[in-house]
Amino acid sequence: MDKNFNIIVTGVGGQGIITLVSILDSACLIEGYDIKSSELHGLSQRGGSVIIHARFGKKINSPLVPKGKADLIIGLESMEALRDADFANSKTIFLVNKLSMPFAGHLPENEVLESLKKIAGKNLHLVEASKICQEELQKEVLSGVYLLGYAVYKNLIPLKAGSVLRAIKELVPEKYLDMNIKAFNLAKTS
Amino acid sequence: MKKVLLGNEAVVQGTLDAGVDFVSGYPGCPSAEIGDEFGRIARESGVYAEWSVNEKVGLEAAIGASFSGLKTLVNMKSFGINVCSDSLFPLAYTGTKAPMVIFVGDDPSCHSSAQSEQDSRGYAYLSKIPVLDPSSPQECYDFTKLGFEISEKFKVPVILRSTTRVAHQRAPVEFEGLNRKSASPKLGNFVKNPHQFCTMPPRVMEMKEELLEKLKKISAYAEKSKINKIDGGKISSPVGIIATGISYLYAKEAMEMMGLDLPILKLGFFCPLPEKLIGSFIKGKKKILVAEELDPYLEKEIKRISKDANPKTEIFGKNVLPEIGELDVEKVVLALAKLTGKKAPAFKKLSAGVAIPRRTARLCEGCPYWNILPTIKKVAPEGTIFGGDIGCNMIAGLAPHNIQDYLFSMGASMGISHGVSKATKQKIISIIGDGTFFHSGIPGLINAVYNKSNPLIVVLDNRITAMTGHQPNPGMGKTLMGDVVEELKIEEIARACGVKNIKVLDPVTAPELETAIKEFLPKEEVSIIICKRICALLERRLKREKENG
Repeated sequence: MDKNFNIIVTGVGGQGIITLVSILDSACLIEGYDIKSSELHGLSQRGGSVIIHARFGKKINSPLVPKGKADLIIGLESMEALRDADFANSKTIFLVNKLSMPFAGHLPENEVLESLKKIAGKNLHLVEASKICQEELQKEVLSGVYLLGYAVYKNLIPLKAGSVLRAIKELVPEKYLDMNIKAFNLAKTS
Repeated sequence: MKKVLLGNEAVVQGTLDAGVDFVSGYPGCPSAEIGDEFGRIARESGVYAEWSVNEKVGLEAAIGASFSGLKTLVNMKSFGINVCSDSLFPLAYTGTKAPMVIFVGDDPSCHSSAQSEQDSRGYAYLSKIPVLDPSSPQECYDFTKLGFEISEKFKVPVILRSTTRVAHQRAPVEFEGLNRKSASPKLGNFVKNPHQFCTMPPRVMEMKEELLEKLKKISAYAEKSKINKIDGGKISSPVGIIATGISYLYAKEAMEMMGLDLPILKLGFFCPLPEKLIGSFIKGKKKILVAEELDPYLEKEIKRISKDANPKTEIFGKNVLPEIGELDVEKVVLALAKLTGKKAPAFKKLSAGVAIPRRTARLCEGCPYWNILPTIKKVAPEGTIFGGDIGCNMIAGLAPHNIQDYLFSMGASMGISHGVSKATKQKIISIIGDGTFFHSGIPGLINAVYNKSNPLIVVLDNRITAMTGHQPNPGMGKTLMGDVVEELKIEEIARACGVKNIKVLDPVTAPELETAIKEFLPKEEVSIIICKRICALLERRLKREKENG
């Protein structure tokens, strides 16, 4: 990999995004990359929009992804993925959970999905991550780890599955470990 | 050892490796992870850690511990330093006995802050306390340890000033990771020394002189310190950058994007500044970009220094970078383009094509406030004034509630509601949370009783300090280290403060709240309704923990 890889992870407070990014960061370190990420806590977590920047490569300076420079946008909620479209360029991959978490004034889901299709075209991977995790593992909150697995197994992110699984084992408490590994591996076969 | 750490986790690690004994503070964003982590590890690491009732008390606890020979860390968010400043300034005069680092987390762009977009570096001017400004988790670790060293050497407290993008930045950190598993807590010994610890005049004036002497020595130390460094670029280049904190990383990235290789003077010390080093850096330069977030403190200093060093040097700062909001790479790119005449690379970006409505913070599912706020709104007569305060109850100001007519600082609702009550005949319902009540609501309550006003105060007691991540407070019978202590009852405190009209209720039984508001609102004296019901998130977590054993 000769250029830095830039990721935006976006969603709504309470979707487990911070756990997701810690796993991602540790996996990058395991592969010997430099890594920086930036997250927000506090007020922004109380049901507000959450956006996390993560960058890895040979040497990373700024923890923030500049506008238009994301290689991958992982959206845990579809409207939030659309909200952060200005981090994307025409080559950016959008990996989006087909999930709508509505609030007063929320755009209709079909309008959001239409807009995503329009801007991302064939780079859009729309996946029912929450639904799959709820059905297979009875835990919707695993959708982030599922999407990370999807990104790895479909080669949307230059990381090896083994490194991410090692990071999961390092970071996730034992009683939740098994379900996280399962969620990560769900996309392997699909 | 090398691990990916959050900036604040790196501060904890640096504090442990420096051999800390005593940790105090008050939770806020972006600082709370520090105290929270000490809550988890204090006992096994032989450290004492507490959430103090507010930042002033937290600093004072640390002063007592330092005077007794214990190495201390105090942690707080930006506004915390305002709260503790009354004791911070005399601490600069007395100096420390055992070393002390004060962590302050600023929040440029106010991601998680009401009140103001504060640049706490300004306290360097008011207090004359050294301030270090890290840019990355590695520097959070290194500067924390260095802060303790400086404090030890010069007997002054040291402020470690972080910002959201540093405190909540994750990156690999090299650290010692000293094994403290078997450490037992250190017992201090207070050796009387009123000559050092009492600021009574005329001694206080001597102390000021001593402080200024110390600062001169620290200035000489800062001139040689490795945390002020020139990196990259040809030093003979006519254009240079002086950067501090996170702005340094943005400047490096911006240059990379533009194919520039200008020398950067990176300042780890904000106070005292290495003036000779800055002077020699400026000397051969035609133009300097000062890259700093928020207030132009550094820019003003550099303009002053350049008058002697090289009056012809053009200093750029807030004329090419915004004073409001956090910086980023794009902003620095544009500034550098103006300075160098080099074209800024285009940021080719997509656009959503539709306006995306803002998703604001809201009450969590099952939050007991869902039963309180609509009831207040329904029962309050038209024209009622609604006082707001800091914490989850701030959400009262957002849709669909929209019952908040002023919001200031921790506990301020009490004083402002009293003022409105004295100034008008209007009805006031003043909302405050339990954590904020303990933090600084009580003096305002006493004042309202003493000076005879009549707001109706509604305490939203969710049995924890919730907004900042569920920290224990004096109302819930548990300390940061998990000790079980007596629950302080807000109704008993209110009674002791002279409040006559007091009602404690469970808000889930809403009709009771409705009756209480109707009963108390016409009263001529202060009234208080305490809506006591556990935070829904906490309730669910406790239930889960119980199920999982």
